[in-house]
Amino acid sequence: MAEAQEAAEVAAIEAVMEQKVERGEPILQVRNLEKHFPLTQGILIKKQIGAVKAVDGVSFDLHQGETLGIVGESGCGKSTLAKVLMNLETATAGEVLYKGEDISKVSGRALKAIRRNIQMVFQDPYTSLNPRMTVGDIIGEPFEIHPEVAPKGDRRREVQDLLDVVGLNPEYINRYPHQFSGGQRQRIGIARGLALKPEIIICDEPVSALDVSVQAQVINLLEKLQDEFNLSYMFIAHDLSIVRHISDRVGVMYLGKMVEIGSDEEIYEHPTHPYTQALLSAVPVPDPEGREGRERIILGGDIPSPANPPSGCRFRTRCFKAQEKCAVEEPLLAIPQVFRGQDTPAAHESACHFAEDVDIVGATNGEA
Amino acid sequence: MGIHATEVTADAGRGRTADSEDAPLLQVKNLQVEFRTRDGVAKAVNGVNYSVRAGETLAILGESGSGKSVSSQAVMGILDSPPGFVTGGEIVFKGEDLLKLSSEKRRKIRGTQMAMIFQDALSSLNPVHTVGTQLGEMFRVHRGTSKSEAKKKAVELMERVGIPAAKERVNQYPHQFSGGMRQRIMIAMALALEPDLIIADEPTTALDVTVQAQVMELLADLQAEYNMGLILITHDLGVVADVADKIAVMYAGRIVETAPVHELYKRPAHPYTRGLLDSIPRLDQKGQELYAIKGLPPNLLRIPSGCAFNPRCPMAQEICRTEIPPLHAVTEADGAPIQGRGSACHFWKETIHG
Repeated sequence: MAEAQEAAEVAAIEAVMEQKVERGEPILQVRNLEKHFPLTQGILIKKQIGAVKAVDGVSFDLHQGETLGIVGESGCGKSTLAKVLMNLETATAGEVLYKGEDISKVSGRALKAIRRNIQMVFQDPYTSLNPRMTVGDIIGEPFEIHPEVAPKGDRRREVQDLLDVVGLNPEYINRYPHQFSGGQRQRIGIARGLALKPEIIICDEPVSALDVSVQAQVINLLEKLQDEFNLSYMFIAHDLSIVRHISDRVGVMYLGKMVEIGSDEEIYEHPTHPYTQALLSAVPVPDPEGREGRERIILGGDIPSPANPPSGCRFRTRCFKAQEKCAVEEPLLAIPQVFRGQDTPAAHESACHFAEDVDIVGATNGEA
Repeated sequence: MGIHATEVTADAGRGRTADSEDAPLLQVKNLQVEFRTRDGVAKAVNGVNYSVRAGETLAILGESGSGKSVSSQAVMGILDSPPGFVTGGEIVFKGEDLLKLSSEKRRKIRGTQMAMIFQDALSSLNPVHTVGTQLGEMFRVHRGTSKSEAKKKAVELMERVGIPAAKERVNQYPHQFSGGMRQRIMIAMALALEPDLIIADEPTTALDVTVQAQVMELLADLQAEYNMGLILITHDLGVVADVADKIAVMYAGRIVETAPVHELYKRPAHPYTRGLLDSIPRLDQKGQELYAIKGLPPNLLRIPSGCAFNPRCPMAQEICRTEIPPLHAVTEADGAPIQGRGSACHFWKETIHG
């Protein structure tokens, strides 16, 4: 009985996976997603005394063929978000719609089937590769789990093709991870992510562990692969310059909430949320001349604890614009009242009562 | 020279007066460091020269394995030995060569006259002692102050580096502080005895951008207040642009370019520096494909012959594979000298003047 039900579920999921999504149409829709980690007290009788609200009501769309950048400080919930999307953590509430089908609650074989199409590239290429496996085994392991993708006899050739695609010598197939540098290891991680020809790749800080000169190589590789395989990326990073470079749209997270989301131009050149403005102004710019004209907003204090977030707007404790209203009423992520109906890049979703278009990076006047 | 010079500087060291005139606070001359490992000798630092004056900030920029941290560990005298050995050169601090001093004398200089701020504040602080005890230790060990006096000083220091509610927090343990606050404690510890020179090794790398800005600002303020020399070691071209006066770019254990900060960004004179600058995405514009330096940083056990950068360099010629380029003085196109600029490239003229 249960088996029949599961088989039906898998069949349904597989039918969904077959569907084609037009470029620019949403492939992944996240609705009010929440992930709360319970805080417990007591050893024998565990009592829940609260929850760390790592992701607390996040909604956004990922479109086919685009790169959505997610930025935020450590502790804002961006990595937890990635894990929930991958179903590595179970969502507390909310939906993750993949081509219209909620995948946040599936498990077992149906989950396994979906993971073929949603893959992940991790941050640390030193710990995310098993040191006892050869590169061929690491990249070929997805084929063990999904044997239908590549028949046994073809696997070695497939792996060599993948190595070639990510710019590594196919003869390295029998080497071990320690024989590679950080940048090469990240390429191996990317090859593994590509193996099952997924539609969506979630990249969690894929270049932050790499040297500057190698970062550019990996970023270029990711962009090349996107064009080649028509991939959709969710690119999570804390480096705002890199996110701007690679993303079509950018979402800014603070304390488990999305505070502003829009196209790269909207976010970087017309940020309306004070947190985004502060983040952008804090980025050290590698140009001492250009820096002099910039106004710097230095935020006081640290991120408050996600177990006990401030009332109203969560950013108010560090915000330079905070007023009475901010402590009482939580601002919703929507196009701010002042810009509604206007045809300006400032008219994008921003969760602030006092949204204001400020040019922080000086992109519109400092062309030189 | 030896004895006389030692006595003079030992006196000057306490007063911080006569020495700030013209002689640099710290002068590193032809420093060489190697690591003797099972696989062979890794030449981590191969003849590095630089100097820092009081009140000046020198940034040492480089990727992992460039020797930037090792050279500063040699200056501090905290190099892991073995496997690391200083095999040549001089480290002249306030007129005396540190490499000729006994380890006891060097220990006395550390903390009182030069101090270091490390990258990872969580692992550099002792988790089983309160921050107050650790800050106070500086005064107890070096100055012999009493426990209660040391704690009072610790509170003062914590207030100085902007830690709120210092009186209560002095009795807390490192894990009870956030990353930015821990880094402030590290800075407080380095400042405790008002040293003349601070070496900060990637002080903000582990921090978020908003906190990074706070910490860098604090460091710059304190430096100006106490007129300290600061060596900032980093791989982040952005951080350097914000605070440094001059920059030394390191590659495979050598300084490949030196320049005042504005000059370096405007017109780099070494292909490696130019490649680095071109390969970082910009916040204020969206470009096409990023420029990427091809290949990988060299293995220090097998540094390429000639210029170490030659296998990755777009301008490499035959001479680059055979001859190690010296640090040429960089001049304007008409031959007029540029203050403080040097480039270890055979083709620096082509690089800077097109």
